[in-house]
Amino acid sequence: MTLNGWLQILFFLATVALVTRPLGAYMARVFNGEPTWLAPVVRPCERLVFRLTGVDEQHEMRWTEYAVSLLLFSIVSMLVLYAMQRLQAFLPWNPQHFPAVAPDLAFNTAASFTTNTNWQAYSGESTMSYFTQMAGLAYHNFVSAAVGLAVAIAFVRGIAARERGTIGNFWVDLVRGTLYILLPIAIVGALFLVSQGVVQNLRAYDTVHTVEGAVQTIAQGPVASQEAIKQFGTNGGGFFNANSAHPFENPTPLSNWFAMFAIFAIPSALTYTLGRMTGSQRHGWAVWAAMAFLFVAGVTTAYWAEARGNPLLTSAGADQTVSALSSGGNMEGKEVRFGIANTALFATVTTDASCGAVNGWHDSFTALGGLVPLANIQLSEVVFGGVGAGMYGVLVYIILAVFIAGLMVGRTPEYLGKKIQAFEVQMAMLTVLVFSLVILAFTAVSSVTTHGTAGIFNAGPHGLSELLYAYSSAAGNNGSAFGGLSANTLWFNTTLGLTMLIGRFFMLIPPLAIAGSLSRKKLVPESSGTFPVTTPLFSGLLVGVIVIVGALTFFPALSLGPVVEHFLMQSGQVF
Amino acid sequence: MATHPKTHALSIWDPHIVRRASIDALRKLHPRTMARNPVMFVVEIGSVLATWRLAQGILSGSGHVGFELQITGWLWLTVLFANFAEAMAEGRGKAQADTLRRARTETVANREGADGMLEQVPAPGLRKGDVVRVTAGEVIPVDGEIIEGVASVDESAITGESAPVIRESGGDRSAVTGGTRVLSDWIRVRITANPGETFLDRMISLVEGAARQKTPNEIALNILLAGLTIVFLIAVITLQPFAVYSGAPQSLFVLISLLVCLIPTTIGGLLSAIGIAGMDRLVQHNVLAMSGRAVEAAGDVHTLLLDKTGTITLGNRQASDFLPLPGVSQARLAEAALLASLPDETPEGRSIVSLARETYRAQGPRFAEGDMTFVPFTAQTRMSGVDLRLAAAVGHGGSTTTLVPSRAIRKGAADAIDRWVRAQEGQVPAQLAPIVERVARAGGTPLVVAEGAEPLGVIHLKDIVKSGMRERFAHLRAMGIKTVMITGDNPLTAAAIASEAGVDDFLAQATPEDKMTLIKREQAEGKLVAMTGDGTNDAPALAQADVGVAMNTGTQAAKEAGNMVDLDSNPTKLIEIVEIGKQLLITRGALTTFSIANDLAKYFAIIPAMFVVAFPHLQALNIMRLQTPESAILSAVIFNALIIIALVPLALRGVKYRPAGAAALLRRNLLVYGLGGILFPFLGIKAIDLIVAALGLA
Repeated sequence: MTLNGWLQILFFLATVALVTRPLGAYMARVFNGEPTWLAPVVRPCERLVFRLTGVDEQHEMRWTEYAVSLLLFSIVSMLVLYAMQRLQAFLPWNPQHFPAVAPDLAFNTAASFTTNTNWQAYSGESTMSYFTQMAGLAYHNFVSAAVGLAVAIAFVRGIAARERGTIGNFWVDLVRGTLYILLPIAIVGALFLVSQGVVQNLRAYDTVHTVEGAVQTIAQGPVASQEAIKQFGTNGGGFFNANSAHPFENPTPLSNWFAMFAIFAIPSALTYTLGRMTGSQRHGWAVWAAMAFLFVAGVTTAYWAEARGNPLLTSAGADQTVSALSSGGNMEGKEVRFGIANTALFATVTTDASCGAVNGWHDSFTALGGLVPLANIQLSEVVFGGVGAGMYGVLVYIILAVFIAGLMVGRTPEYLGKKIQAFEVQMAMLTVLVFSLVILAFTAVSSVTTHGTAGIFNAGPHGLSELLYAYSSAAGNNGSAFGGLSANTLWFNTTLGLTMLIGRFFMLIPPLAIAGSLSRKKLVPESSGTFPVTTPLFSGLLVGVIVIVGALTFFPALSLGPVVEHFLMQSGQVF
Repeated sequence: MATHPKTHALSIWDPHIVRRASIDALRKLHPRTMARNPVMFVVEIGSVLATWRLAQGILSGSGHVGFELQITGWLWLTVLFANFAEAMAEGRGKAQADTLRRARTETVANREGADGMLEQVPAPGLRKGDVVRVTAGEVIPVDGEIIEGVASVDESAITGESAPVIRESGGDRSAVTGGTRVLSDWIRVRITANPGETFLDRMISLVEGAARQKTPNEIALNILLAGLTIVFLIAVITLQPFAVYSGAPQSLFVLISLLVCLIPTTIGGLLSAIGIAGMDRLVQHNVLAMSGRAVEAAGDVHTLLLDKTGTITLGNRQASDFLPLPGVSQARLAEAALLASLPDETPEGRSIVSLARETYRAQGPRFAEGDMTFVPFTAQTRMSGVDLRLAAAVGHGGSTTTLVPSRAIRKGAADAIDRWVRAQEGQVPAQLAPIVERVARAGGTPLVVAEGAEPLGVIHLKDIVKSGMRERFAHLRAMGIKTVMITGDNPLTAAAIASEAGVDDFLAQATPEDKMTLIKREQAEGKLVAMTGDGTNDAPALAQADVGVAMNTGTQAAKEAGNMVDLDSNPTKLIEIVEIGKQLLITRGALTTFSIANDLAKYFAIIPAMFVVAFPHLQALNIMRLQTPESAILSAVIFNALIIIALVPLALRGVKYRPAGAAALLRRNLLVYGLGGILFPFLGIKAIDLIVAALGLA
């Protein structure tokens, strides 16, 4: 670990902290329907959309109507994407003449982009036409993020409401989130990326002759426009297979910082939006602090483990120490351009959030270094988390934390004036249960059947990590791959596709139900007997509950994966 | 309220209760009973599976019988310990119920027939609406309301209070309870309860736990525990495929052990005991809650409405000062006050007499009875006093009154005296009003004294705030509870007493309607309100309040409107009720936190033990350095079982509760039960492992 590395990490966190307030306040205004400085431009478009679709802006929905609208929207979007892939040979912008995508892969990809997962069982540059990428995948990059955002806002509204019963209007939230937040931010982001050298064209691939006389195909495409929303929407699906390790997606140190900043920007700002909309700004910051703590813990572990390198290589005589000319540490699977600190940081950020973009290969991390992204996902990505998904995920944890510890102040547990009762606990436990069930059950079946084990590249505990990571990533709607797993098979495409759908919709409907229930409740006035949710103690409690619920569920599985692998590596055995 | 001959002294480990609970623990193994508690039901199923596999192993001569036998035994003990905890809590209630049943002696009642003739009927034959006559020495057969007569009644069977109480028709003291004894006079009673529905019956079923329904928080907690149980079920069931993949398949015993250690058995086993014990604690305070829901609501209360008289202040006011008008000596005022109060037998009157005698040495003249005519207080005149015939005999040395042939002295409210003086064409000096107001502002009751047409001054009657109330209100404030004093006094007086007693707010010149409005206003703000009451006109407010505590001396209407009855009829008890409610919730939360936090250590005991054979390097995770894999697993299971028994006293007694703000409570309880819950099992399991190894058990 170097001072330079730490300064870069701290710089990154500082920029995230700085954007939290302005962006959070802006989002609160957008979703409260208050005027914003973008309104002169966006409001006419918004009105046009509502007029064309017949959406009544003033209509308030109960949680059931909100959920049904959301599901309908997602199902239709998913079917369109499936059809587009199957028919891409007949559609425009296909200079490489890619054929139709196979049914199981098309299902997997449709599920993947609808659920904001962006798990890619294919290589973009050799499978998808420009049309599929732009009209199909990029569209989902916007709307799946907007859906997540909408659910988070609906949840926050439910907390803040006083005996209303309604949580907003899904269509309005979807449109506002897209038009006021995601589109403008993506346009600015894309221009910035172009300035850094990210390509943006519709050309056929270049064929060049290298100095060695070999022939090389250089893929092209409308990358910058995809790249910006890929990060801001915590989608993570790369235009190219190499994702953010590719020089056309991530050319400079600045674009690398920007990618990570973009991943955390909206999720971090949502904590401020939470504070603003519930009238307890200090609570928003307490949640932010808990997230920041978990982030620092993760990045420290990953950075330490990677910078330390592989003891086996050291004993074999390899030099893994830091010097002016060498980054030192475990450089396997990492871009030399980014080095240890920025790769460890990127891996932590992309799995803290449900992004899934990568600038290095998690499979090649040391056992403990690789444990960090895996564990981050298994904590259900609430360390800032996905756009919206992180917020409603952490709200579920907060409800559990408030319920367990809230009894200890001698009152029926209350969260920001709303009583937490049987229904809320039931829904919160449902998400915890479904999340662990879908990951552990599919991994378990895959680990003892040939469908699953056939795809494993590495033997032993590392192979188990590959499986566990794949299902965790799918259930958490992360989309990053540990690597090493041949996932483009009927078994994996189908089960991972299902896992993504379950991991999305079973994690998103219970929070809506909680929001609806909270919205109906009376607001209990605050007093000195009220459970404190603005103190460092609360932040600590939240961290504890997140870690304990996550650790208790996945510790046995992890102990046979990365943990045992770590100890075996110490004794000279690798896989 | 000093003596409660009931079950206060019951020690936690009373041998009789323990014996009965041990038998009940076995009886509760019935699957239908167990299924009510999902966590312990899973343990029972695990125990059955383990027993079945053990039998198989013994019959086939395979397996590791010594270890498996011990695991199976401890699994069963885990279930039994949880059942025992519940049975203990119920047993304590049953012991109280037995005491109560003794009070329910079979009596014969004198029922009035349609023709007014008395007929002898056994008590169980009485129905609602029947009228019975009870005379001195007889036991009141069933709950009822006095419709005629006054009697002193010994209610010690119900309240434990040995001093007899007066019960009379009309008024707010007309309710009588079955099983109590009339000591003097006779009464006619209209029966208000059918057999099996009486107060005593309800009380018995409450303390026995038979009528117990799960409270809202308990239901929510049960859902959390069931959810956690399923999560761990998933984690353990899927662990076997991972183990198979890793080449280290596990035996059924080990998997069940892991599962039982991980699921929240500690809280799961103690949860119902905590609930029963909470109700029990209320009964020990001589309070009957009609539902557990009411007890929980007591913990949530934001606002306490407390009647001033009897709750915040002593029932009677006392004279504290004589404030003469200019030109009148203090001695003269004291003497007049003394004369006016000599025949006054009210506590206020007596306090005036003693103040005048002790402080001002005013000597009342020794008249014969015929010399004085007492004018008693009436609601119309709102004053009292005395008329003297022999004025010249007064030896005070004054100048003016000797000329008056007879003296008429009055004391009373300022406006009443005002009217009296004017009626005799006297003048009320302008200086009087400020004195009256000063007394009122200081929280006192001003009594104006006048002789003939001449006002002399003011007696300051002071409300005496009960000692220690200020501190209690400060505690309540720290807990985030607002106290509102309800009084019929004028706002000035009320404000002064409120500030002396340290309550947060007051409602002056309160009518029952005002009280109701206040409750509704607080509730509209989302607050929960608790109050006490005894009169029939309190009934609507008692019903409206979230926690309504009716005094046992109160009317039947009040008792039915409230959701608790205080047998001691002590309005201050409301504060204890709130504390018991909070303690109940805290105990649940603390043990839940403790139970979940325990899992960390159990993982560190069991996971390395499971896989250390296949992966010897996992020994590094065995941070407790447990002796062998078998001993590690066995120790974790034993710890898990013993901790239930070890925490039974805590569950029954409730965790220590100190009134404090939520932040302070949370900090303390998280430290003790959260951090403690993480660390303690490391020590416990290690200690058990040392013993297991020393005994050569594994």
